[in-house]
Amino acid sequence: MDTILFLAHTEEDGTLGKPALEALGAAVELNQALKGTLVAALYGATAQPAADAIANCGASRFLAVAGEDFASARYATDAAACEALLRAAQATIVITAATSRSSRVMAGVTRRVGGCVDTHVTAIAAGSGSVTVTRWFYRQRIEASLTRTQRPWVLLLDPGAHSPWQGASGSVTPELIAVPVTESMRRTTVRGMITPPADQQTIRPDAKLLFVAGAGWTKKQKDGQTHVPEAETLIVDFLHKSKASLGSSKSLVELTGENQSALRFMSHLNQVGQTGATPRHPKGLSTCCHGEEPHTVGWRFIGERRAINLDPNCGWARGKADVLYVADAFEVMGKVNALLLPS
Amino acid sequence: MTNPYHVVVCASVVPDPLQTLEPITGPSGPALKNEMMLPAILDPWASHALYEGANLVKHIAGSKLWLVSMAPKAKLQQVMMTVAQKVPLQLVAVDGPSSGFADAHQTATALAAAIRGIVGIDLSRLLLFGGWESASRSAGVTLQLIGEELGIVDQFQGVDAITPQEDGSFEVLERVEGARHQVSLCAGPPAVLGWATGNLGEPRNDPQVGMANMRTIMPALQRATVAAISADGLQYSNVATPKQQRQTRIVKDLPAEDIAREIVQWIKQE
Ligand SMILES: Cc1cc2nc3c(=O)[nH]c(=O)nc-3n(C[C@H](O)[C@H](O)[C@H](O)COP(=O)(O)OP(=O)(O)OC[C@H]3O[C@@H](n4cnc5c(N)ncnc54)[C@H](O)[C@@H]3O)c2cc1C
Repeated sequence: MDTILFLAHTEEDGTLGKPALEALGAAVELNQALKGTLVAALYGATAQPAADAIANCGASRFLAVAGEDFASARYATDAAACEALLRAAQATIVITAATSRSSRVMAGVTRRVGGCVDTHVTAIAAGSGSVTVTRWFYRQRIEASLTRTQRPWVLLLDPGAHSPWQGASGSVTPELIAVPVTESMRRTTVRGMITPPADQQTIRPDAKLLFVAGAGWTKKQKDGQTHVPEAETLIVDFLHKSKASLGSSKSLVELTGENQSALRFMSHLNQVGQTGATPRHPKGLSTCCHGEEPHTVGWRFIGERRAINLDPNCGWARGKADVLYVADAFEVMGKVNALLLPS
Repeated sequence: MTNPYHVVVCASVVPDPLQTLEPITGPSGPALKNEMMLPAILDPWASHALYEGANLVKHIAGSKLWLVSMAPKAKLQQVMMTVAQKVPLQLVAVDGPSSGFADAHQTATALAAAIRGIVGIDLSRLLLFGGWESASRSAGVTLQLIGEELGIVDQFQGVDAITPQEDGSFEVLERVEGARHQVSLCAGPPAVLGWATGNLGEPRNDPQVGMANMRTIMPALQRATVAAISADGLQYSNVATPKQQRQTRIVKDLPAEDIAREIVQWIKQE
């Protein structure tokens, strides 16, 4: 019989983030399908609030590694905590969210326990006793399902790929697993976070709309001039009014890197595509971006897609978007902003 | 600075992203149609790791850089013609699959063995670099597995910067959720750094660097050890390119005003 381990790090306040609850949703579902045993394991500075929040998830055991040494996302201590939890749970299948924190360590942990790992999992299915997972290869260009016979099998579920577990909170006291922290595990110190200033915080994973800007915004326009400050105003104004998340093409972020007078709020973190992000949003609007394949593979998880481009033969016209407006994005976005004006 | 690094960059080759990829079933599982014919490039994020590694080595006296790459030998040779012109490097070639469907666990074992076998490497000075995800498997696990195999417990992923300090320690910036960077200070090598984009552009081709590199690259290719990667309990099904073609409605000659109204209505729709 399978033992399914739901594994999660807690957030700063000891609770679970949405991706963790999604992973729990998938773990509960898989456990039901396999008629297995569910174990929940948590690690972080504190685990009690998280344990209470999922007390009714159906786990037969709750395990935790807690303490200041496990507060921050450091490979050595996180790997030690996860290794101890996997060993204590004797799990055959481990499901955890593909957060940056767990993605940093889970492959290493898997090797320690002699298992195998798959990341960026988008679906987990059980049929006639065997488990199949789905993930993308070649940066969202080929989708494949796969099974493995080796155990434990560690699965990192991509955020947004499953609905979060919902249930009443309760109270449960997790079994605390002691993990000795040696000096060699403290060679790295996490010093903190660099956060963009609030007015430059343009990446909003929960936004309904992804607004993508391409290099066209900085190119010479029909009057033979560039209009970068105007582009900047139009984009900032739109983001402010629509609360959209800002994406960029590679060309535009690279121009920004070279030339400080180009769109100042753009960084590599905004880049969508082959060497950028693959965000999940219900809708996406592309502007002044050609829609080449290395860019549009980053749109894999965008639901409805529309684009504004002067070029009727751009990539979007060739089946990459639902609607292509052949028009000047400066003009259109100016009018869009006017219409979005709060009444 | 008196703390030289031994930088090893792990990078594979991947199909040029402008190519159309079509999966087929090969003798040992899924493969790409015309895989050997597709133009290839050095994996993009790993390329950033290479440029960052070369920059580090240039600035810290006594440091060395190796590029460890597993790919079919002929493919690797072709890609090296370009890569060799970018930065000074010593190639360690492993002749094996570069397919996204080849198992990462065994790939990591083969790469770790190749790193251990490098003549003159000091593993206590090792900075193991690579891309945080490949453009083939896109998994972000290989470097971690190699790191564990080499006993390295200071590991970083999504790295955008490394800043060496006077005392031999270094600061690392890693991408985390919410467009933030986590800042860590690591006491020194050995460490694993899976790079995101970093801060350096692609170096211009330098034919002189190319010529110097090729003198060691060709013998390295000849010496390439062969790595056999088996499926080992891994089985694929439903390998497919999704229906990505949409019926694009092309709207021409509509006044900006009307387009704007349509877009606003669409944005506001639930
Ligand atoms: C290895 C590799 C990896 C890559 N990875 C990525 C990646 O991750 N992400 C990515 O984006 N790209 C990536 N690329 C690059 C990609 O192939 C394209 O070069 C890039 O996406 C082009 O960016 P763009 O469309 O913004 O710029 P351009 O190609 O310059 O297009 C600008 C567009 O703006 C339009 N335009 C100009 N003015 C206006 C106006 N007033 N109104 C409306 N439209 C206007 C033009 O018609 C044109 O279509 C990669 C390439 C390689 C080789």
